[in-house]
Amino acid sequence: MLSGLANGGIYASVALALVMIYQATHHVNFAQGEMAMFSTYIAWAMIDAGFPYWAAFGLTLVFSFMAGVAIERIIVRPVERAPVLTIVGVFIGLLLILNSLAGWIFSYTIKSFPSPFPSTAWYGSKYMSSHEVGMIVVTLTVLILVFIFFRFTPLGLAMRAAAQNPVSSRLVGIRVGWMLAFGWGLAGAIGAVAGMMAAPIVYLDPNMMSGILLYGFAGALLGGINNPWGAALGGFFVGFLENIAGAYVVGTELKLSVALAIIVGVLVFKPAGLFGPTLVARV
Amino acid sequence: MAYAGLSLAIFRYVGIAAILAVACILPFAVGGYRTSQFSQVLIYAIAVLGLNILTGFNGQISLGQGAFYGIGAYTTAILLDKTAVPYWATVPIAGVICLAAGFLFGRPALRFEGLYLALATLALAVATPQILKFKGFDHWTGGVQGIHLDPPAAPFGLPLNTDRWTYYFCLIWTIALFILARNLLGGRTGRAIIAIRDHPLAAAAMGVDTALYKSLTFGVSAMYTGIAGALGALLSAYVSPDSFPVFLSIKFLVGSVVGGIVSISGAFIGALFIEFTPNFADQISKAAPDAIFGMFLIGLMYLMPRGLIGVFDLIGVQLRRVAFTKRQK
Repeated sequence: MLSGLANGGIYASVALALVMIYQATHHVNFAQGEMAMFSTYIAWAMIDAGFPYWAAFGLTLVFSFMAGVAIERIIVRPVERAPVLTIVGVFIGLLLILNSLAGWIFSYTIKSFPSPFPSTAWYGSKYMSSHEVGMIVVTLTVLILVFIFFRFTPLGLAMRAAAQNPVSSRLVGIRVGWMLAFGWGLAGAIGAVAGMMAAPIVYLDPNMMSGILLYGFAGALLGGINNPWGAALGGFFVGFLENIAGAYVVGTELKLSVALAIIVGVLVFKPAGLFGPTLVARV
Repeated sequence: MAYAGLSLAIFRYVGIAAILAVACILPFAVGGYRTSQFSQVLIYAIAVLGLNILTGFNGQISLGQGAFYGIGAYTTAILLDKTAVPYWATVPIAGVICLAAGFLFGRPALRFEGLYLALATLALAVATPQILKFKGFDHWTGGVQGIHLDPPAAPFGLPLNTDRWTYYFCLIWTIALFILARNLLGGRTGRAIIAIRDHPLAAAAMGVDTALYKSLTFGVSAMYTGIAGALGALLSAYVSPDSFPVFLSIKFLVGSVVGGIVSISGAFIGALFIEFTPNFADQISKAAPDAIFGMFLIGLMYLMPRGLIGVFDLIGVQLRRVAFTKRQK
């Protein structure tokens, strides 16, 4: 149950990354999981080359941030106002390219990824390993940092403004385009944290994130895709639910179907999510 | 002008007849392996056409067609494995089951717009292999091992080996389904389907039952994909949960976009592309086909959203214009 909470931390990070991009641009980034996967490979390559773990961690965050910004500026910007199908096509294309690039460069063999936390059980508790506790701590730290960033810094305020009302923001001198790019960068960095935290558990291979991405989606939808805190909470909740269902209801083989059921269930019964504002479309 | 129109129509029929003739001779011109590759092309063409009807004409984005392909394939496999139903009868049954499944999935999907539908269908595609592996269905699905089938033999003592007969069997289905799609989309129903894509509110105001049409289109699209899956199961004579990964659905999307998502004949170009690209690209690297698919997807979205068939259309329009101005002089 508690290890479900640890997985939930990963889903919460992915959900948060998705919501960041959704809020700013109203796009759902299908390539989010592959971006995180690629970042994790970069971290692996650095650790393999002899970097200490936390140095590699920091450098990976910087790299993921820059990669996110670059992807927004180069690939997503030209289709910003295009029909939904075009955007979905571009994201799926991105997903394919990142996936195959990772396979190409790092090969498809499954790699193990080191955990920064000691491998012993946590203070003799038989329910959680140290890595799981570390995961929860790291995710919570990320969530708090993101919260502080958005709530208390001028840049965070500008980004929120740009997402909420691009036209007025532009009038008061906010560079809306760059704010969107920063949003992508942040989402890339948060995703990278999720990837690096997940990798010791699911092992490193180019397809490691497909399930996690799905749970992230489910979490984001459950919490409300317009509400970052709801999404993070939703992510934790999905992790919890997944573990309970996996252990008691459907068995581990059908775990992914839980995500499917959550997604369809939320979309059918409460499309705004548990904490999201109900949106009314204007005709 | 009437004359020009007539000659164009004749030109078109001659073209179609020529393509059909080539398609009929093909199995005798190439080897057994190539023949089954071309059967696969026909099967992909049906599946891509199904996606075109749904996404291109009706505007509902689906990333989960692989799930219906899987349902169709498993229907055929289970029927052949557990019952005495002849193989040719399993294909329409698979179609009907997928029609129902698609209609039922399309019903709640009505609430999803654009991205949300893409999301829900993607979740469906990701979950499919897991559901197929479910222990409770083992008795029917054979679990992870899958089901082995006997390849169909030619009827009436026709002098055709299995590869060739499977090819002709697929060809018959392809022709029938393409004519059906043409008639469906060319008439009143097709106009309603397209109107829903272009302006749902206006379509509703004109008296189109948008909810019914949208879920029916979903069902028809699933039917096409399911029939393709059933034929695919007959062709490969084997089904297993891992034959229907999420990348299968993405493959269909790539085929759709490459051929031209708002077209019927474009499905063939898309099918040729997704069948033969991996063949050539595999020589570079195992990862190359996906990379090429991805680049084509992004590149086409930027440069020619109407796909290759759109380019051919443009060339045709230009030629016609040139011919017309010449006659004016």
